[in-house]
Amino acid sequence: MTYSTQAATILTQLNALAGAFFLLSTFGMVATRQVQGCLRFFILQSLFLASSAVLLGLHPLSWHLIGVGIINFINKPIIIPWLLRRTISEEVYKRREITQALNIPISLLIALGLTISAYYLAAPLLQVGAGLPALINLPIGVATLLLGAYILTVRREAVPQLLGLLAMENGAFFASIAIAPELHLFVELVVAFDVLIAVFVIGVLTRAIHENIGTTNVGALAALKEE
Amino acid sequence: MFARIVFNIVQVFVVMLFAPLLAGTVSRLKEIVQSKHGPSIFQPYRDIWKLFHKREYISEQSSWIFRFTPIIVFVTPIFVALLIPVLTSYPLFFAFMGDMLGGGFILALGGFFATLAAVDTGNPYGPMGASRTRLVGFLAEPVFMIVFFTVSFVAGSTIPYIVQQRWVNPISNFFEPTHILVMLAFYMLILAEGGRIPVDNPSGHFELAMIDESKGLEYSGSGAALMKWGGEMKFFVLICIFLNVLVAPWGLARTISVKELAIAIPLVLAKVFLFVLTLVAVECSLAKLRLFRISEFLGAAFVISVAAMIAWVFAV
Repeated sequence: MTYSTQAATILTQLNALAGAFFLLSTFGMVATRQVQGCLRFFILQSLFLASSAVLLGLHPLSWHLIGVGIINFINKPIIIPWLLRRTISEEVYKRREITQALNIPISLLIALGLTISAYYLAAPLLQVGAGLPALINLPIGVATLLLGAYILTVRREAVPQLLGLLAMENGAFFASIAIAPELHLFVELVVAFDVLIAVFVIGVLTRAIHENIGTTNVGALAALKEE
Repeated sequence: MFARIVFNIVQVFVVMLFAPLLAGTVSRLKEIVQSKHGPSIFQPYRDIWKLFHKREYISEQSSWIFRFTPIIVFVTPIFVALLIPVLTSYPLFFAFMGDMLGGGFILALGGFFATLAAVDTGNPYGPMGASRTRLVGFLAEPVFMIVFFTVSFVAGSTIPYIVQQRWVNPISNFFEPTHILVMLAFYMLILAEGGRIPVDNPSGHFELAMIDESKGLEYSGSGAALMKWGGEMKFFVLICIFLNVLVAPWGLARTISVKELAIAIPLVLAKVFLFVLTLVAVECSLAKLRLFRISEFLGAAFVISVAAMIAWVFAV
């Protein structure tokens, strides 16, 4: 085995490893009680997303993918958490025992089931003739998409719900860097700013809810207020 | 042939001799990190020596199980040390007797008898600790099984000497997601089985909170010494399985030569020391979990092991 092919296999394995940790941090988001822990797992997830983009960009060398990785590295693990911390008061993050519709062990089992079904969902898509990176990234991306939707459904607090939404976005991104690596860099920038604006708007909304009714437990907001 | 028998016996002696040193090093390092002075790293040897010279009291109400358990707890890690690669990366004389599954069964036998003996005397704390150990044990069992199946599925064998070569041959296999996730799941398993901090506090002296320690409360004299030594050897053997079979066979003797074996001993101890550093970091940065949160800790380990299996079955 020549030196370059060996380096390529190691890069492929490292990308697969980043994918595995990406999936694991999504599981972490499903399993943590504390809002702060959920945010930390989201940061980890975004870091693995960025590192996967950089690893895919190293061989064959593509500055475009490395650029995507750098944009993601700056946007998601740094700016979004900063923005969330600035808009929503500190008291929300220290809150423990987020009320969930289902308890944590059952959530984890459902998450496992979702992951396995994501692999089955992705299997016919992969038969179209995808490259090696897509083989790894597409099922994990689909799984994270489903898990993000699950977090969105099960959590009752506003911030974890928002993080579930962002996890869905991360999942879609994780699949897209493998199946459509040649998207224009402008599109990526637009997506990054879009996410940022969405986070900002939801953050301000959450702050308003928190100021008005003293809680961010949006699961309890079942009826409109009567005047 | 003769050399293989001698090497096998050397392997057992290494496990017997250095297991208390491992326990002493862990507790000393923990005390240093917590800015205390702490006992010498040779303290476990002194404890065992002292206990062997004390009189042993055995309750008249207890049965033969109570009397035989220290011997079984002491002997089972030695049997496992005969089977697994501690110092060499080739099978030694007795290695044909069992694979990894056999090793797991033998270790479980010791745990089984320790549980029975704890219930035997009628001491109120013993059965409580025993039932808690079983709780941890049966939560850890599925993780162990999935890890074991994944590893033997990946390597195509249940023999540890074949499995360990799989991870480094070629070197890119080391970075396989399956490998890293299996390592992570087994690490959490060691924390649970060894009674380490997120699950159990090994240095706690409060009987109501004990999980692992309270099983040996009734023993005195040489029985207590054997239980203590056996427990330390079990932990050492678990770490050897983790480092040599599941991580990588680095630093082990490759050929049958006394020189390589002599070099392998300090190299393996250095590996164990690196593991101890990570263990101390984990133990000093986490708090003990409440009893009913243990299921979440081991549930996380289970999820990681299943993710390892998924990463192998579906991705390649």
